[in-house]
Amino acid sequence: MTRNLILGGLLSSLVLLAALLSFVWTPFDHTALNIPAKLQIPNGTHWLGTDHFGRDIFSMVMVGARTSIAVALVAVGIGMGLGVPLGLTAAARKGSWLDELIMRGNDLVFAFPSLVIAILITAIFGAGAVNAIIAIGIFNIPVFARITRGAALPLWQREFILAARVAGKGAVRISAEHILPNVANLLIVQGTIQFSLGILAEAGLSYVGLGAQPPTPSWGRMLADAQTMVSFAPHLALIPGSAIIVSVLGLNLMGDGLRDWLDPKLREVRE
Amino acid sequence: MLRYTLKRSLSLALSLAVASLVIFFVIEVAPGDPASFMLGINAEPDTVAALRTELGLDQSKGERYFAWVQGMLQGDFGMSYTYRTPVAGMIADRMWVSLPLALYALTLSTLIAFPAGIYAAARRGKSGDMAVMGATQLGVAVPNFWFAMILVLIFAINLRWFNAGGFAGWESGLGPALHSLTLPAIALALPQAAILTRVMRSALLDILGEDFMRTARAKGLTRRQALWRHGLRNAMIPVLTIIGLQFSFLLAGAIIIEQVFFLPGLGRLVFQAISSRDLIVVESVVMLLVFAVILVNFLVDLAYALVDPRLRSRT
Repeated sequence: MTRNLILGGLLSSLVLLAALLSFVWTPFDHTALNIPAKLQIPNGTHWLGTDHFGRDIFSMVMVGARTSIAVALVAVGIGMGLGVPLGLTAAARKGSWLDELIMRGNDLVFAFPSLVIAILITAIFGAGAVNAIIAIGIFNIPVFARITRGAALPLWQREFILAARVAGKGAVRISAEHILPNVANLLIVQGTIQFSLGILAEAGLSYVGLGAQPPTPSWGRMLADAQTMVSFAPHLALIPGSAIIVSVLGLNLMGDGLRDWLDPKLREVRE
Repeated sequence: MLRYTLKRSLSLALSLAVASLVIFFVIEVAPGDPASFMLGINAEPDTVAALRTELGLDQSKGERYFAWVQGMLQGDFGMSYTYRTPVAGMIADRMWVSLPLALYALTLSTLIAFPAGIYAAARRGKSGDMAVMGATQLGVAVPNFWFAMILVLIFAINLRWFNAGGFAGWESGLGPALHSLTLPAIALALPQAAILTRVMRSALLDILGEDFMRTARAKGLTRRQALWRHGLRNAMIPVLTIIGLQFSFLLAGAIIIEQVFFLPGLGRLVFQAISSRDLIVVESVVMLLVFAVILVNFLVDLAYALVDPRLRSRT
């Protein structure tokens, strides 16, 4: 276990715990308006203060963690669910028209940053958390397809794959039974990284109004609300921003740590 | 090299064609008729029909796609549904904010990342390296628009060195214009600089293990001399590629950062267009952004082959 893995795991668990806890308990109702108590700095009653409507920021950050995690997690799921089979197929049929088609398709999707996909989707269906998930998810597909194909290609040259082919297994079975388990570690590490990028992307999309809509709390929108008040209530911006940084930092450290832990060979090469 | 360039150009044209098809048909499925949207709910049916003819909406999808592409190739992006002015002009005005902002940020991030990456690689494992790597870890975790707000709080509101927002305009001179883009560019550059520093460091470390570096040391160069004379040049290949790839992220990032500083760039244009359902503007801006990404990737491919001849024969 590396130090990165422990520290990253701790930070990530903290955010996950806050998100899970928010389903059953928050210090206050995160939607409850309390205008007389507005714009309080952190104190004994409101641990992280209140916003311009007197809503409890600690509760909003907890529920916001839910939105961030849900969007990023499902987006990683979409990316893996579609990208990994595409990458496996491309590797199994290397050099064929199918491989070419998948890889060129990847290049095409790569040309659309998730913000641009979100702009397109929002122009058609309107803004919302689901559209943010789709936008980030689509962006994740070529990432996973490329990394899967890249890792699977050298495996196809190995003796144990040859043995499986001699044993009469088809490309689909070999991909599922032998290639996939061997690229799983890499996918877990990449998954962690895409998870953290997803949290950043979700925050950005919500900030510009293309993500979660009111009353769903989200860190990005809390920051958008805070923008006009940053001169006299900086805590409104500092707190959700710190929540994003803690989550992303935690996941990135965890990704680095996992990579070192799962793949000692890689560690030797890197150091 | 010529064959490689031709092949890449062909794939560039193909990518652009497919991307334009995707964008056109995605916008096409958007619900609502632009003509009735422009005229409001009380419009007479024949007025709507007349406007549809004027906008070319009565033609088939195929005809309209080709008319759109043909127009774009001639610099004509059509008429804005809301403002009734040429979209090309609207985009051109805004582009002179977004593009310089992205380039400014790219320059800053390179200026930060090169020394930081070289410093970290030269002091691998020591406290200086750890400090730089720790900073980059934090740098990639900071959302750029949040960092932008913090910069505004410190340098615009408290220290009053910069304006909190707005753009001076190029007509007021290079100095004031760049001054108003400085905070946005710093905010945009920070996460990119963090990534680039890591790439620079690891590229240099890879090179340090190469045989020719050992030879350089063996013939009497110090570690530092070997790094400067042989290491840096060879590490440039992966670093240049990443710089090129970062440009697309910077352009997308610029769109978000513009919102923090109320800059009249492509971001403001596209978000206004979304809320007023000015789909032709959305379509054109998206096409332009995708075009920029594809073009930069194409240039990176060419630059890469120019530096590393092995790649030309491989692809």
